[in-house]
Amino acid sequence: MAILPPPPSVSKNPFSSSALTPSRTSTIFDSKVKSREIEHSHLSLFTGFYMSSGLKLKAARKSVGLTKELKTDKMETKVGTANECDLFDEMKHRFLSFKHQKYMEDFEHYQNLANGQAPKFMVIACADSRVCPSNILGFQPGEAFVVRNVANMVPPCETGPSETNAALEFAVNSIKVENILVIGHSCCGGIRALMSMQDEEDSSFIRSWVLVGKNARLNTKAAASNLNFDHQCRHCEKESVNCSLKNLLTYPWIKEKVIKGILSLHGGYYNFVDCTFEKWTLDYEGSHWEESDKFAVKNRSFWS
Amino acid sequence: MAHHNQPSKGFIPRFKNLLRDEERGEEEGCKDPAVERIVDGFIHFKTCVFDKNPEIFGPLAEAQHPKFLVFACSDSRVSPSHVLNFHLGEAFMARNIANLVPAFNQLRYSDVGAIIEYAVGHLKVENILVMGHSRCGGIERLMSLPQDGSTTYDFVDDWVKVALPAKIKVKSEYGNLSAEEQNAKCEREAVNLSLSNLLTYPYVRSGLENKTLALRGGHYDFVEGKFELWEFKAVVTPPINIPPVDI
Repeated sequence: MAILPPPPSVSKNPFSSSALTPSRTSTIFDSKVKSREIEHSHLSLFTGFYMSSGLKLKAARKSVGLTKELKTDKMETKVGTANECDLFDEMKHRFLSFKHQKYMEDFEHYQNLANGQAPKFMVIACADSRVCPSNILGFQPGEAFVVRNVANMVPPCETGPSETNAALEFAVNSIKVENILVIGHSCCGGIRALMSMQDEEDSSFIRSWVLVGKNARLNTKAAASNLNFDHQCRHCEKESVNCSLKNLLTYPWIKEKVIKGILSLHGGYYNFVDCTFEKWTLDYEGSHWEESDKFAVKNRSFWS
Repeated sequence: MAHHNQPSKGFIPRFKNLLRDEERGEEEGCKDPAVERIVDGFIHFKTCVFDKNPEIFGPLAEAQHPKFLVFACSDSRVSPSHVLNFHLGEAFMARNIANLVPAFNQLRYSDVGAIIEYAVGHLKVENILVMGHSRCGGIERLMSLPQDGSTTYDFVDDWVKVALPAKIKVKSEYGNLSAEEQNAKCEREAVNLSLSNLLTYPYVRSGLENKTLALRGGHYDFVEGKFELWEFKAVVTPPINIPPVDI
C-alpha cells in the first residue's frame, strides 16, 4: 500500500513538492445547461444522503472518549469515482440553479453586493450540519457575516489571536455590524465533549478547543448537578452561549461600542428536536458588574 | 422543500401568534427591525420546512451524517447553503476569514483543528471542500499588509498570515499583474495552500490513504456569477529499490 510522505514543513514554498499538485480545473459556466427540476432532485438526493450512510443513529451521542475505538473502524462506504461524479454533478446543478433562480432574477441586487457588503449581523454558530443560520433563520446573501466553529464558542481576548476573533475584529471594526448573535443548539457534540472531559485524557484538538468553555462547565456543574447528564448538557449549551457573550466584552473595541449603544449582543438557542428558538439580548446598562459576574438580560423571546 | 424563498408579506402576520414573549417586552422587542428579521426567518423555516418534513428532521435530531466538510469565508455573500444549496444535515461547515486552513498546530489553531478532527475523525465525512471567492477582504488585506511588519488589525492581520506562502508565490509569479488580478490569483492559491495544509492532519492523511476521503478546491465568483471546482490529489509512487553494489 502506498504510504504518504511526511507532512510538508510549513516553509515559504510548500508548492515545491511535485507530488502535490492541483489537477483538472473544470469551470462551471452558465446558461448552456438546461436547469432541471431541481427541487425534486434535491429532496431525493437529501434522502439518499441519509439512507446510504449506514452509521448508527446514536453516533452523535457518543462522547469524545471513544475516539480511539472509532479509529479502528474502517469506513464501509468507499469514495468511488461514480459516487464522486454524482455528488459534484449535483453540486454543479445546484450552483446553476442558484444562478438562474436567484442570482439572475435579482441581478442588480447581486451586482450591488459584489461591490461591497454591509450586513447588520454577525452570527457565531456551530459547524454542526443541522444548524446553518442561512437555513433556520433565513439569512439571505448580504445579511449576515458568519463564523462557524465547534460549539459556537468565542474565546476571550487574552487567549490571543485566533480564527474566531480575527472574524470578530473584521466584522466589528471594518464592516461595522450592529448586532452579534451567538447561537447555541441542542445535542451539541462539542458541549458534550466539554461536559464529559476527564483530567487524565490524552490531548486532542477538540479537547484543547472546548476548554474555552470551561467556565460554562463549572457553572453547569454548580447549578445543575442534580440533573441527569443529558439535561446538564442542555444547561451547558445555553450557559456556554452566555459565557461567549461575556467573552465578547473582553474585547475593548466591542465593549466600547456596546456601551455607546451602537452594537448589541444577543444570545440564541436552537432546539432541533422540537424546532424551537430562544433569543435574548445582553442588557449592559441593567447589569451590576461590580456585584456579580452574571449579566442582565432583556427582550427574551421563545418561538415555537 | 422551499428553502430560501423570502416570506410573503401577508404570510407572516398569521403566524405572529406563534411568538410567546416571557417578559412582556414583546412590543419593545418587535420594534427592533433586527429582531423582526430573525423572527420572520425562523417562522418561515419552521412552518415551510421543518414541520413539513418530519421524516427528515426526526432522524436528523438524533444524529448527523454529513458527507461534506466545507470551509467557506465568513463573507455574508458566500454562504454555501445558498450558492451550493446545501440542505441541513449535508455539510459540516466551518466559516472564517478567507476560508483558511492552517497547518496542524495544537497551540495556536485548536479551533480549526477541532473542526477537522470532529468532521473527519468522528463524523467520517467523505469530502472536504475549501471554497474561496471573489473580492475576498481577507485576501486583499493579506496582499496589502505593510512590508515593515506594522499592523492595523491585531487579530485579522495575524490570522491572514496563515496564507503568507500563497502571497509570496503570487508576488513572485504574477508580479506584473494589477493588484486586483494578483488578489484573484491569491484567492485560488490560498485555497490550494489550505488543501495542502489539510495533509498535515493525520486523520486526513489516513482518509486519503484509505481512499475514504477526497479533497477539493472551489472558487465562487459573484461578480461574473460562476464557480470553479477542482480536485486536489497527493500521489506517492511505489519506492524504487536500489540494490547494493558489489565491490
